[in-house]
Amino acid sequence: MSIAQQQDTLDQAPSTAGCRVPYRVFTDRQYYDREQEKIFKGDCWSFVGLEAEVPKAGDFKSTFVGETPVILTRDSDGSVHVVVNRCAHRGALVCREMRGNRSSLECVYHQWAYDLKGNLIGVPFRRGLKGQGGMPGDFDMSQHNLRQLRTESVNGLVFASFSETVESCRDFLGPIVVEQIERIMCKPVTVLGDQRQRIRGNWKLYAENTRDPYHASLLHLFHNTFGLYRSTQTGKALMDANKRHSLLYSIAASNDDAADKQAYGDSRTFDTEFKLQDMSLLKGRQEFADNVTLVILAVYPNLVLQQIQNTLAVRQTVTYGPDEFELVWTHFGYQDDDEEMQAIRLKQANLIGPAGLISMEDGEAVEIVQNAIVGEASATSYIAMGGGRAEDADHLVTEGAIIGFWDNYREMVGFEVEPA
Amino acid sequence: MGLPTLEQMQFQHAAAQLNALHAELIDDDRLEEWPNLFEEKCQYSVISAENHNRSLNLAAVFCDSRGMLVDRIVSLRRANIFPAHSYRHILGPTRVKSTSGQIVTTQTNYVVLMTRNDGQTSIYNSGKYVDQIDVSGAGSRFLSKTAIFDTHLIDTMMVRPI
Repeated sequence: MSIAQQQDTLDQAPSTAGCRVPYRVFTDRQYYDREQEKIFKGDCWSFVGLEAEVPKAGDFKSTFVGETPVILTRDSDGSVHVVVNRCAHRGALVCREMRGNRSSLECVYHQWAYDLKGNLIGVPFRRGLKGQGGMPGDFDMSQHNLRQLRTESVNGLVFASFSETVESCRDFLGPIVVEQIERIMCKPVTVLGDQRQRIRGNWKLYAENTRDPYHASLLHLFHNTFGLYRSTQTGKALMDANKRHSLLYSIAASNDDAADKQAYGDSRTFDTEFKLQDMSLLKGRQEFADNVTLVILAVYPNLVLQQIQNTLAVRQTVTYGPDEFELVWTHFGYQDDDEEMQAIRLKQANLIGPAGLISMEDGEAVEIVQNAIVGEASATSYIAMGGGRAEDADHLVTEGAIIGFWDNYREMVGFEVEPA
Repeated sequence: MGLPTLEQMQFQHAAAQLNALHAELIDDDRLEEWPNLFEEKCQYSVISAENHNRSLNLAAVFCDSRGMLVDRIVSLRRANIFPAHSYRHILGPTRVKSTSGQIVTTQTNYVVLMTRNDGQTSIYNSGKYVDQIDVSGAGSRFLSKTAIFDTHLIDTMMVRPI
């Protein structure tokens, strides 16, 4: 359909095209609480970490599903597990470190001990001391394990779910997402480090942001300012069958100057007032045969898997409340990266993350919305670029994937929440 | 530990002055002058202790030439969009850890306070600088400056140098 035809469709049916999201879903605590129940503890799979973060038996990492503290562990049999980080006794955090290695998980409060799967294996003074105290005679250790989440690893990305009824993780992700995970996680990876960013806005504003190719060349001005022509400006925006997840990607155009491409990746300069003094920032390698140089895979509800040039990273959303979340960026490379490739990844890391030359604006984009919608009970946004429907696009002038997100949200949480 | 020699005192003074000027140029928004505190061939990185302590090299900001420092500043002025804010550096004493000819390695604690448009000031970043400084010339310059920050949760974004 041509743009003019699309416009006609909009004109004919202005009330049905486009998506209107009430701003209260970003500010009202009732929605936040319901999201924790229906999404993060509901029929969803949340990303919790990379297997490469817990490579050895006994390795663990503390993280969160929504706002709930969990622990990702690697058991002695090599399997990964996710348990709620809360002692079955009186609710204390069992694991107080960000990461480490232990043979068992022990709560410091009363030293209740759990194995790496979360099974209770020790209770001090269980039979009392010198005939005094002790747990009741019918106390059954097996009934007091840490809360164990369903855990599945998809090519080294670990997902967990509170739900006993949700489909398998691979089915939840769908073929398009699994294929993209397999593409990036195509060989063993090694963690390069983390970056953490606190954003004073609602986590769903970031879910919108990462499903929004429309803003990319308008908000992020680094390339334009320095006259770096991006031959990757053509791309596609696709969704899974359920339209929960979003894949944005762009492909480097065919190139006649192979040597230059080797040196400067997909970047070209055109005349502008400003020039980069040090072009080594953009030096990279074409490491995927498909020539795709940018992948933003937004996986419902809390993950982005990304490739931007030679930077590979997962971004995990941790919710703090209706108006605050943390974004954890875990950068990685491949175990077989040579020294030069490692250096390329570490230098290109300047492009992304909280100090990223092409990504730092996203935090501000979230916050300026949050600051403007405070206290707004009835007004809505209007999302219609590309036609106003949750549809794939073979271009990047679309907001279709954002609408896909909201269609799923409306089903799981709803835009109307009953007063408490 | 005996009394310092005159040379040791001069080196310490030069390193402390350079760090003070570094903070002053950033806090006073004289960012265009900031790259001149570095040698042409230099290294500037801002890295979380969370990564550094695990011997992981991933930094929030990593520049290995003065040109990259200039590019950061031009990007800040012309390209990047961020909440209006200013910094205030509070520096601890600069200690010379080792000396090799006219090159000293120093360590300095710092706190960066951030003030946004709403008028509230918060602790934005705290950590330590580990620097290599060439004190041979009239104006000392950084060969390398590494800000290792404890505040691994960055508030919204990081655009100004630390």
